[in-house]
Amino acid sequence: MSQRATPPHGGGRITAPLPFPTAARPEVADSQLRANLRRATRTIRGKRQRVVDEVPDWAALRDAGAAIKADVQRRLPELLERFEAAATAAGARVHWARDAAEACRVVVELSRAAGATEVVKVKSMATQEIELNEALAESGIAAYETDLAELIVQLGDDTPSHILVPAIHYNRAQIREIFRRRMADAPPELSDEPRELAEAARTHLRRRFLSAKVAVSGANFAVADTGTLVVVESEGNGRMCLTLPQTLISVVGVEKIVPSFADLEVFLQLLPRSSTGERMNPYTSMWTGVTPGDGPQEVHIVLVDNGRSAVLADPVGRQALSCIRCSACLNVCPVYERAGGHAYGSVYPGPIGAILSPQLTGVADNASLPYASTLCGACYDACPVKINIPEVLIHLRQQAPHPAAERATMRGLSWIMRNPRRYAAALRAARLGTGPLGTSRQRRTGARTLRWLPWPGSAWTQSRDAPLPAPQTFREWWEKR
Amino acid sequence: MVGEALNARDEILARLRTALADAPPPVEVPRRYRRAAEPADRVEILVDRLEDYQAAVHRDRDALPRILAEVDRLAVPADVPAAWLAGFDGQLHRDAPPLPLAELDSVDAVLTGCAVAIADTGTIVLDAGPTQGRRALTLVPDRHICVVRTDQIVGLVPEAFARLDPRAPLTWISGPSATSDIELNRVEGVHGPRRLEVVLLTPEAAG
Repeated sequence: MSQRATPPHGGGRITAPLPFPTAARPEVADSQLRANLRRATRTIRGKRQRVVDEVPDWAALRDAGAAIKADVQRRLPELLERFEAAATAAGARVHWARDAAEACRVVVELSRAAGATEVVKVKSMATQEIELNEALAESGIAAYETDLAELIVQLGDDTPSHILVPAIHYNRAQIREIFRRRMADAPPELSDEPRELAEAARTHLRRRFLSAKVAVSGANFAVADTGTLVVVESEGNGRMCLTLPQTLISVVGVEKIVPSFADLEVFLQLLPRSSTGERMNPYTSMWTGVTPGDGPQEVHIVLVDNGRSAVLADPVGRQALSCIRCSACLNVCPVYERAGGHAYGSVYPGPIGAILSPQLTGVADNASLPYASTLCGACYDACPVKINIPEVLIHLRQQAPHPAAERATMRGLSWIMRNPRRYAAALRAARLGTGPLGTSRQRRTGARTLRWLPWPGSAWTQSRDAPLPAPQTFREWWEKR
Repeated sequence: MVGEALNARDEILARLRTALADAPPPVEVPRRYRRAAEPADRVEILVDRLEDYQAAVHRDRDALPRILAEVDRLAVPADVPAAWLAGFDGQLHRDAPPLPLAELDSVDAVLTGCAVAIADTGTIVLDAGPTQGRRALTLVPDRHICVVRTDQIVGLVPEAFARLDPRAPLTWISGPSATSDIELNRVEGVHGPRRLEVVLLTPEAAG
């Protein structure tokens, strides 16, 4: 344990209320949910693969993306100061928030000062993380989600289950039902054709866009050299929010920095292809402070820590801050595909959530999440910025609390394995001990494993077989040659 | 620090500096990716990519008058070239002084130019520069007719960044408004213009 103080952890919707296995059980049993997830993740995996395969320099882009992010982490304090200076010079006002509660307070005060009783919102993971909608509601300000999937989730009184497509757990028929029940102006004869559902959302939000005074957004990237913010989207709801209201408040995690404007040339190639499986998403907006006569004339940026400095303090785990929220790792994960996003209990689900949430909150508060993985490594292969998710998962498992019996066993094993004589003796003993059991099972079935062990080994064999010691070790064989 | 409460900014920066106490080594960023494409078939690739994402592309000299003939109320930026409007006899809504949102919402189409077009991704970039107007102009109307000069077409994304100035508000457009939110299938037409029509002109024809 190091002597220096670790920066404080974050709060908000990032702590799993139930252990992952408990939360996953009902989700895995929901055959409708599993069918929806299977269909959606299969579709997106195919689309992603096609557009990644047509880029001859994909590997070089990944290398560059990973290196830019690693460089940013190393220089984060200096780059944040540079960002603040550039954005301020361009007419934006920069605010800082230590944690979720402080970030919410800043946004509420700014909205109030702008005289707003309602705000329109662009989909943003950071505002979901800090539970901004709830904080605004408590202060009498209604927050309207304008991204189609966020709107579906908000109308359904539900929580997001995917980083990119928060309503991935619903199919079209379920979405039509939510619109019919909760959207006052939905046409009564609304069908479940995606085109009609999108049209209903367009009509529903149009007047709100044209009259909103305050918009709240996140940002995909923040450019240190220029003070530029970037929002990547599809529907045009982002452009509406970023362009039409008088006041714009953007909530940005401190890790979103990239050093230069030209660095975006890497991420605007990596992100759309990894995320929606498109060569480019329909709309990307970039703005730098205030442009007179064009767009919001009051531009606020709230830089949020909320546990990110604690993540940065871990030399192995800090690579999680490279995440550009594409969700490719969710779509390729066998565990996510079966359990769905809600089982992770955090706004950040899937493989990236399994390493990000426990680090933001401290591993003790999210101890089951590093185990929500088979360590198959598909996430690492898919990650556009090469975050070694399996490496961080194992690293965090070592930090998670372990039962006293397990710790004692491991200490004992470590003592045995440190010495070749003790190790050889232990192997011989184990072979003698399991001999009769093993030979009879091997004769019957050919297997070199045991199906169950007596307690406490039964905790292990509940979900896997225990291997038997080999009849002869390599060293024994070598000596007899 | 004793007895003195740090403000949020200084405290966050101090936390981040503490977190980096291990002094990670400098990182060299390898830029082995393609920075420029062969100039060969940019136009063909752009057309292919635009059409793949359901934008309509017109390449003949008479395309503009033909398209405008079916438009009644047309919004244009203050500095729209007169040549683009030759023969247009509908209602012209010039954005000078700035049109109220309700009026923008009532026109049939908007006609603008662009700053850069990227062949590889089928993207048109607006930077609020000449012939483009402010951002709301190309957002609220349901149909966007965009003139792209062939000399504005670059091959790859990095080439576009080299031509752009971040101080201008930038809008990157790749096909009409769309969503993938329902079962992850792309559906065209949500909040932005539901029709995107691109008219390709040579620099001479564009005036």
